[in-house]
Amino acid sequence: MQRYSGFGLVKHALSHHENWQRQWRNPTPKKAYDVIIVGGGGHGLATAYYLAKEHGIKNVAVIEKGWLGGGNTARNTTIVRSNYLWDEAAALYEHSMKLWEGLSQDLNYNVMFSQRGVMNLGHTLQDMRDIQRRVNANRLNGIDSEVITPERIKELVPVIDTSKNARYPILGASWQSRAGVARHDAVAWGFARAADAHGVDILQQTEVTGFKIRDGRAYGVHTNLGDVEAKTIGCVAAGNSGVLAKMAGIKLPLESHPLQALVSEPLKPVLDTVVMSNHVHGYISQSDKGDLVIGAGIDGYNGYGQRGSYSTVEHTLQAIVEMFPIFSRVRMNRQWGGIVDTCPDACPILSKTKVKGLFFNCGWGTGGFKATPGSGHVFAASLAKGEMHPIAAPFSIDRFNTGALVDEHGAAGVAH
Amino acid sequence: MFYIHCPYCGEHREEEEFHPKGQAHIARPEDPAACSDEEWGDYLFFRDNPRGIHHELWVHAVGCRKFFNVTRNTVTYEILETYKMGEQPSITAEYSDGRPAQDAADQASLREGVRA
Ligand SMILES: Cc1cc2nc3c(=O)[nH]c(=O)nc-3n(C[C@H](O)[C@H](O)[C@H](O)COP(=O)(O)OP(=O)(O)OC[C@H]3O[C@@H](n4cnc5c(N)ncnc54)[C@H](O)[C@@H]3O)c2cc1C
Ligand SMILES: [Zn+2]
Repeated sequence: MQRYSGFGLVKHALSHHENWQRQWRNPTPKKAYDVIIVGGGGHGLATAYYLAKEHGIKNVAVIEKGWLGGGNTARNTTIVRSNYLWDEAAALYEHSMKLWEGLSQDLNYNVMFSQRGVMNLGHTLQDMRDIQRRVNANRLNGIDSEVITPERIKELVPVIDTSKNARYPILGASWQSRAGVARHDAVAWGFARAADAHGVDILQQTEVTGFKIRDGRAYGVHTNLGDVEAKTIGCVAAGNSGVLAKMAGIKLPLESHPLQALVSEPLKPVLDTVVMSNHVHGYISQSDKGDLVIGAGIDGYNGYGQRGSYSTVEHTLQAIVEMFPIFSRVRMNRQWGGIVDTCPDACPILSKTKVKGLFFNCGWGTGGFKATPGSGHVFAASLAKGEMHPIAAPFSIDRFNTGALVDEHGAAGVAH
Repeated sequence: MFYIHCPYCGEHREEEEFHPKGQAHIARPEDPAACSDEEWGDYLFFRDNPRGIHHELWVHAVGCRKFFNVTRNTVTYEILETYKMGEQPSITAEYSDGRPAQDAADQASLREGVRA
């Protein structure tokens, strides 16, 4: 792999940027691998990368039915934070946050991780009690988190309406200053390039259509390009996880829903942090390009169409204009949707299954982008050892039968 | 935007009058205390989540406030039928004897729905 550097940029300028190396190969599938990852989103690619880098398992295929990052990885609104309520979830997301902090260097790829801070607004007394409780829990877990006043909010975000005349006055917020955003497609590409450099085969336009299972043990997959074998298979397919599980005779506690986002026309810099509100139900940030990046909740019905309904857009924009009257005449440019796999306790599933050798990493629902490096890291360790990594262990499918749920509905908030 | 036919009001109304409430036809166990953890967890949390034909509950929230069933395709979002509580769907992804519409000939009907 040719490393990227300032010097390299100058060198390539001399040859008119015509000699850049391809970021990853387009290999023909081998008959067998040590590990197959189904799903070439950020989580799948990160899993492959850490398998190769940390566990020396390089004979790995990532099988992706579309193109890299064509799923939720490059459809999300890129918010990264770790201020979750319960110890189990906090450990997982904070593990990820620590990896984010060194990720561009580690991958030699600029993922544009920008720690511009995230605030979660409170508009009612109950909101504020929940925020205080969550902030206290965060601090006990060593996660930077504080409760801030409307005055401080106004300092950080001058264009927000903190007046008492608002329909839902802002009473305060939780604030995580290490939180922020990253460039989502760069995350997929950076992990893909680094995994490929270790010898991982990334097979795009290849759809898994079934599993090869004998005596309760998985030993390969069927694809539209033929069979590929491996004794360890990790499924990381977000909204389509239930479809894959069904092929293996497994049922998951998931529902697939459309979740949408939209961006405005580009504006001059006006908002240099991320503002989220559970109560009026919307969130917003501004990209480096200048567009406002806006999102909110899922469409309530099950759906596999990567689009959302108009009424949800309207509802979201009402919330944004409620908080930011100044944006009322901004025009929206693009709108799109992804299929998110929501889990009953708003936490992911990282788990073995009743089929030996077949693992699932899914259920990230509306908020898994922030977990991309951490999820890949602990899932890779689990696949390498055949036993779930201690940080992943509480997220077993069994929790829905034992009752040991990790209820993060409060911290998961508006959809991410 | 869906236009949904409420089988109680007998009228097509806009989606915003309704709320989806998840998979339909899930019977609460007769005697919850007698359920194993397995059975109770399955009842509470595990869902079919199909890509294709789905039977689901909706409530006419700002209309008659009654619950009813919808058979809908979760890929095209086409609503194939709506029917009252206690009634059975006339379009399913399986044959009425419970055999899944699975072999090659059934693939098309699986997408379009099998008329039972
Ligand atoms: C609009 C929107 C906004 C969001 N905002 C945020 C946010 O601000 N912060 C945050 O943390 N999270 C957010 N999320 C959630 C986040 O995007 C996801 O949780 C995360 O990206 C999931 O990553 P993944 O790699 O598991 O999934 P994906 O990127 O969806 O990857 C799964 C891949 O599996 C492939 N696949 C599926 N079936 C098969 C098959 N049979 N064979 C081969 N390949 C298959 C798919 O093509 C896909 O590429 C948002 C999501 C959406 C949709
Ligand atoms: Zn009605």
